[in-house]
Amino acid sequence: MITFTQVTKRFGNFTALAAFDLTVAPQQAVALWGPNGAGKTTAIKCLLDLLRYQGTITVDGLDAHRRGKAVRRLLGYVPQELAFYPRLSTVETAKFYARLKDASDARILELLELVDLTDHRQKAVGALSGGMKQRLALALALLADPPILILDEPTSNLDAAARDHFLSLLRQVKDENKTIIFTSHRLEEVEQLADKVVVLKAGRREHECAPEELADLIGATRQIKLRFAPDAPDDVMTRALALLHAQGYAAHPNGTGLIVTVAAGAKAAPIGLLNGADMPVADFELE
Amino acid sequence: MSLKTLWILAEKELEDALRNRWFILYTLAFMALSLALSYLALAGAGMVGFAGFGRTAASLINLVLLIVPLMALTIGAQSIAGEEEQGTLTYLMAQPISRTELFWGKFLGLALGLLAALLLGFGVAGLVMATQSASAADPEVYIRLVVLAYLLSLTMLSVGMLVSAFTNRTGVAIGVGLFLWLIFVFFGDLGLMGTAIALRVPIDNLFYLSLINPLQVFKMAAILDINTSLDILGPAGVFALQEYGDQLFSLFMGVLALWIIVPATAAYWRLNTKANL
Repeated sequence: MITFTQVTKRFGNFTALAAFDLTVAPQQAVALWGPNGAGKTTAIKCLLDLLRYQGTITVDGLDAHRRGKAVRRLLGYVPQELAFYPRLSTVETAKFYARLKDASDARILELLELVDLTDHRQKAVGALSGGMKQRLALALALLADPPILILDEPTSNLDAAARDHFLSLLRQVKDENKTIIFTSHRLEEVEQLADKVVVLKAGRREHECAPEELADLIGATRQIKLRFAPDAPDDVMTRALALLHAQGYAAHPNGTGLIVTVAAGAKAAPIGLLNGADMPVADFELE
Repeated sequence: MSLKTLWILAEKELEDALRNRWFILYTLAFMALSLALSYLALAGAGMVGFAGFGRTAASLINLVLLIVPLMALTIGAQSIAGEEEQGTLTYLMAQPISRTELFWGKFLGLALGLLAALLLGFGVAGLVMATQSASAADPEVYIRLVVLAYLLSLTMLSVGMLVSAFTNRTGVAIGVGLFLWLIFVFFGDLGLMGTAIALRVPIDNLFYLSLINPLQVFKMAAILDINTSLDILGPAGVFALQEYGDQLFSLFMGVLALWIIVPATAAYWRLNTKANL
């Protein structure tokens, strides 16, 4: 169990976190959601005792400040800014942190295999790609098989393919019943990983909700591109636009299809609408 | 505090120091100059070849005064600020280690790095003298100089780490370190003589003033050890010997110990109370 009780962190006159409360149950995955500057990273750094704060944070009953070292033994941390010793190789880096965490060489090899870095184990960390470094950070976080995983914007520096790969790794980790706290501003990450979402804004806790409620709560929208069958009538685009506008959708033609702005949690709604009006959508893609 | 964790961090710091190009450069320069000095120490007497340990030790004092503090201040200044600037300190402190283990692990690792550098520098020159010099009978004075030089390096390591704990920019830390090195060097003979003349400082005060500078303390201790007197330093040296007699060497050791303990403790306090890493 992790609890934040009235945690406040100030940097000079700026309040990064204001009387923040949070409870995370064992084996629960909690997303801290919010824009940049909302206080997500500050909350995580307070938990790790990297920042001194007012209030109380406990992990399994241990005070995160007074028993910082014991608490960090229960945590695996994947930071947003990956800072490794560039001259060490992948395996040397893993060995150094494994010694600090009393993890075995066998565990290192097992984790490098899990994160698909076995072939890169002799490579200098400075020469690894962003995705590889992120995977290495996950492997290091898991070295001592900690019950709690802390991830700060875990996919923010990754391209789409690397992000998918990393998320699949995180789902595997979640299946091992670990408690997870992660910060994010990506809806798909929250939907795939979280059991609960805490929304922060300007250092304050604004809401707590289920992941599937987040899109509606924050009014998130996505754009989808719809295409009609090549043998569809010539006026299908015009009629479809008129219908979508009549139903309150923002839509405009784009080359061979239509771009429609939809609520993030209701992406299929305009497709259903058009299909029902005898204007079958042949294909769609997320913009 | 876990000694195992402290040792892991010390080993890492030692490896980093031994890979540091500035550290390697200073070590090689010190080794080469030690060798050259041991060769040239007899030149004044119109002879050619390697001098004995005693004469070389006397020649090495000024070399130690310049290079050893520079080497120790530079690596000390880089130790914390460098990691903070790279972001590696934050990640390291997110691991199950305490700030106490981090600081003293770094101190121990760098202290061992300095020991390795001095043993290499003095060792090569010593080895050559032992095999090449006709008058290399008494290496004890030479070994004691190595010990004194090591204590001097620890004082400057402490000062360097203190500078490093108060900034998070490597460039600033090294700049301040170099500035302090200049001050310590300047406030050696030349600075003290100038101050004494300009301010008409009494002899006893001049001696106590010289105790403020660890480089000067090292020098007095080394000269006392080689000559068993401080006449060479003039009236202040004579006063010191008359006032403290057999206790003088212990006084010097005590001052050097304070210069190691006080800045290092202050640096540790600073790191330990830092609100944001």
